[in-house]
Amino acid sequence: MDRNHLKRQVDLMKRSLFDQGYLDEQFIQLEELQDDDNPNFVEEIVTLFFNDSARLLQNIEQALVSVPIDFARLDNYMHQFKGSSSSIGAKRVKNECTRFKEYCTAGNAEGCFRTFVQVKQEHAILRTKLETYFQAYISFMCVFVLVIFALTYICLLFCLYLFSWQDKLDHLGLQEVKLDDYMDEGGSLIIDLYYKYDKAHMIE
Amino acid sequence: MNQSNCKGSMSTASSSTNWKANDVVPDQFPAGLRVLVVDDDPTCLVILEKMLRTCLYEVTKCNRAEVALSMLRENKNGFDIVISDVHMPDMDGFKLLEHIGLEMDLPVIMMSADDGKQVVMKGVTHGACDYLIKPVRIEALKNIWQHVVRKKKNEWKDLEQSGSVEEGDRQQKLSEDVDYSSSANEGNWKNSKKRKDEEEETEDRDDTSTLKKPRVVWSVELHQQFVAAVNQLGIDKAVPKKILELMNVPGLTRENVASHLQKYRLYLRRLSGVSQHQGMNNSFMSPQDATFGAMSSLNGLDLQTLSVTGQLPAQSLATLQAAGLGRSTTKSSIPMPLVDQRNLFSFENPKLRFGEGQQQQMSSNKPMNLLHGIPTTMEPKQLASLHQSAQSIGSMNMQVNTHGGQGSSLLMQMAQPQSRGQILNESTSSHVPRLPSSIGQPIMTNGIAGGVIGRNGIGDNSRGTGYNQVPPSSSMLSFPMNHTTELAGNSFPLGSTPGISNVTSKGSFQEEGNSEMKGSAGFPPSYDIFNDLQQHQHKSHDWELQNVGLHFDASQNANPIQGNLDVSPSVLVHQGYSSSQRSGQNRNASAVGRAMFSGVECVEQGNMQNFSPHLNNLLVDNSVRVKAETIPDANCQTTLFTEHFGQDDLMSALLKQQQGGIGTAETDFDLDGYSMDNIPV
Repeated sequence: MDRNHLKRQVDLMKRSLFDQGYLDEQFIQLEELQDDDNPNFVEEIVTLFFNDSARLLQNIEQALVSVPIDFARLDNYMHQFKGSSSSIGAKRVKNECTRFKEYCTAGNAEGCFRTFVQVKQEHAILRTKLETYFQAYISFMCVFVLVIFALTYICLLFCLYLFSWQDKLDHLGLQEVKLDDYMDEGGSLIIDLYYKYDKAHMIE
Repeated sequence: MNQSNCKGSMSTASSSTNWKANDVVPDQFPAGLRVLVVDDDPTCLVILEKMLRTCLYEVTKCNRAEVALSMLRENKNGFDIVISDVHMPDMDGFKLLEHIGLEMDLPVIMMSADDGKQVVMKGVTHGACDYLIKPVRIEALKNIWQHVVRKKKNEWKDLEQSGSVEEGDRQQKLSEDVDYSSSANEGNWKNSKKRKDEEEETEDRDDTSTLKKPRVVWSVELHQQFVAAVNQLGIDKAVPKKILELMNVPGLTRENVASHLQKYRLYLRRLSGVSQHQGMNNSFMSPQDATFGAMSSLNGLDLQTLSVTGQLPAQSLATLQAAGLGRSTTKSSIPMPLVDQRNLFSFENPKLRFGEGQQQQMSSNKPMNLLHGIPTTMEPKQLASLHQSAQSIGSMNMQVNTHGGQGSSLLMQMAQPQSRGQILNESTSSHVPRLPSSIGQPIMTNGIAGGVIGRNGIGDNSRGTGYNQVPPSSSMLSFPMNHTTELAGNSFPLGSTPGISNVTSKGSFQEEGNSEMKGSAGFPPSYDIFNDLQQHQHKSHDWELQNVGLHFDASQNANPIQGNLDVSPSVLVHQGYSSSQRSGQNRNASAVGRAMFSGVECVEQGNMQNFSPHLNNLLVDNSVRVKAETIPDANCQTTLFTEHFGQDDLMSALLKQQQGGIGTAETDFDLDGYSMDNIPV
C-alpha cells in the first residue's frame, strides 16, 4: 500500500540521516518538542536555521576574503554558526565547524579556507537531505490523511447502501410479486434468505 | 519584529508568582516561573522558548541584550530568572550578567556552545548561577527553578539580618557575617538597601568614616607588602598565616589577609583569562576594561571615602589597629563592607593591572597615591588603554588631576555617580563593532528561497532541491549558495531511474529534470561561445539574458524571481559539469568558475531589483561584470534562443511550454532528458 510504503520511506530516510551522522540527538529533542500546538515545529525550526545560517556564512566568507584576515572576528562568527548548527542537531556541520575553529585558532588561513568549503558543503548537503525528508514526510502525512478520508467516505457509502437495502427488503415482505424482479437482478442469495424469513414469518 | 516580540510577550509580567521567601511557595511552582531569554541566535531562541514553554514556564524572549536590560529595568519584579547567551554582538554576556546581578539581583544562567574551562570559570567569577552548554537539552532547563529558590532564600536570610542594621546591638554579629561573606554574596547585600540609599549613606558618613571604619583599608603600601609576601611564598603556597607573618603589619588579622588573598586570586584569574584572549580577540579586552570601569564606577563614591582615609596615612594605621582590635561597627558597617569590598576591587584592579610591575615607581609616588588613594603612575600604553576605556565610559573630566593625571582622572571620573545605563550605552557603543547591515540584505535571497522551500507546496519543494545543486567552487569566491557534490549523483536518478518510487516526488523530479535538462540542452551548443567568454561584457550580457530566458521557461510559479533563483544554479551546474567533464582543462575550469560566478551574480542581479546593490562590491576579483538589468520579456528571449540554441525540438518544446501547460513540454523532455543524460556523465 502506498501509505505504508511512504511511511517506510520516511523512516528509512530518517534512520539513514542518523546513521550517516548528519543528525544527532538534538534533532530528536526537537522532534519531541513537536506537539499538536506546533505540528510543524521541526520543519519551522530547520527553515529558520537555514535562513539565518546563510547570513552567518556570508559573514564568515566576508571575513575570510578581507585582507588581513581578522582571525578573532572569524572565530566569533564561526562560533555563532556552530552554536546555531548544534541547536538543530546538525552533527557533521558542527564537526566541520570545530575543525575550522582549530585552524582559525592556529591562524592558518589556508586551513580555514579549506575547511570553510567543507562547512558550506555539509551545510548544503544537509539542507537538501532535510528538504527531501520533509517532502516525504509531508507527502506521507498528506496521503495518510487522504487515505483516512477515503476510508471514511467508503464506510459512509456502505452504510447508506445498507440502509437502502433495508428499505427494499421491507418492501419485499409486503409484496411477494417483487420476488421475481429481485431474482432477475441477481441478488439471489439474499433473496433466498429473506424468502425463508418471510416464509417463517408467514408460518408464524 | 524582535522588539515587538519582547514587548508583546511581556504582558504576563504580573506579580502572580511574587512570593516571599519565607512563605510556602505556591503550589503550582515551578510552573509559571517567569523566564527571560536573551540570545542573538534566532534558531536557538525559538528552541529555548519552546522548551521552556513545555516546562510550563512563562517565557519572554529577546535577541538583544540592551532591550533585555531595559525590559528588566522597566519591570523590576517582572522576571524570576534570566537566561543569557555569552557571545552576543551588542553586549558581552558577562557584562549583562553583572548588570543584572547588581541592578536587579536576579539569578542569571549563562549559555554557550563554548565549554572551555576558562569561559565557565569566567561565568562563575562574574556571578552566574549556572552555565549551560549548547545545545541545551530540556532536562537542563527543567531544574532552573532551583536557582530562583536558592537566591530568594539567601536574600531573605540577609534581609532578616540586615533589618536590624539600625540598631547597634547586632552590629558585631553583622560585621562578622560581612567579614566572612565572599564576594559572590555581595549581590545579596544589594537587596537589603537600594543603591541610592547606600550611596547617600556613604556620603553622609564621609566625615565620620575614618574613625568608625571597620574594615581594613588596603592602602598601596600595604598591598605592596602583601603582593611581595605572596610572591615570596609563591602564589600556590601563599597561606594567609604565612603572609601575615611576612608582612608583619601590626593590627592586621589573618582574616583580613585571607579575604584579601581570595580577592587577589580572583583578580589574577581574571587577568590571566584576559591575557589569553588578548591575542585572539581584542574586543574581549575592552568589555573587560569597561567591566572593570563599570564595577569601579558603581562604587565611585567609595573612592571618596578611601581618599579621605588615604589622606591620613597615619590614621589608616590607626584604623587598622582599631579594625584589628575592636571591629567596632557602626551603621555604616553593613553597606560599607560590601562597598569596601567592591572598592577594593576597584582600587586593586587598576593598580594591580598597571602597577604590578612597577611597585618601585609606585612606592616612589606614595605620597601622591595616598593623597588620592589612587595609583597615579602607570605605563603610557596602559594609561592609554585605561584612558580609552575611561573615555568610553563617558568621561566627565571634571576633576582632572595634574599629578599623573590620567590614572587619577579616570578613577575620579568613575567616582562620579553615573547611571549604569549611561555607562552601558557608552561603553557598548565604543567597544562593539557593528556589522554592516547592507551585507545582510543580499543574503536574503538565499533566505527567501529557503523560506519558499519550507512554506510552499511540494512542487515548490522540488524547485528548492533543484536550486541547491550548485557544485562547490574551488575558491571562496562563490556566494553562499548551496553547494553540493551530489549533483552528479542527482542527475543520475533523473536520467536512469525515472524518479524515486515516491509517488509525489516522481512528478517533482521530472520537473527538476525539466529545468535541468533544459539547461544542459541549452548550453552545450552555446558552450563554445561561452568558452570565449573571457572578459567581454557583451557576452556576459548574453549569458545573463540566456539565463534570464531560462528563468522564464522554468518559472511555473507566480513568483518568477524565485524560479530564477532556483533554476539558474542548476543550469550553471550542468553547464559547469558538462564543460569540466568534456575538456577537463584549466581554461574551462576557470571559465566554469567564472560562469558560475557570473551566473550566480546574474541570479543575484535578478534579485537585486529587490535588494541592495552592494553585491557587486562584495564580489572579489570578478572578471565578468554583469550589469543590473531587468528581466527581458518573452519576445527577446525567443530570439535569443534561436540565436544560441540550434535545436529545433528544444525550441518547439519551449514554445509549447510557454503557450500551453507543462505537460506537453514534459513529454518532450522525458525523451530529451534521457538522451541528454549522457552529457553530464
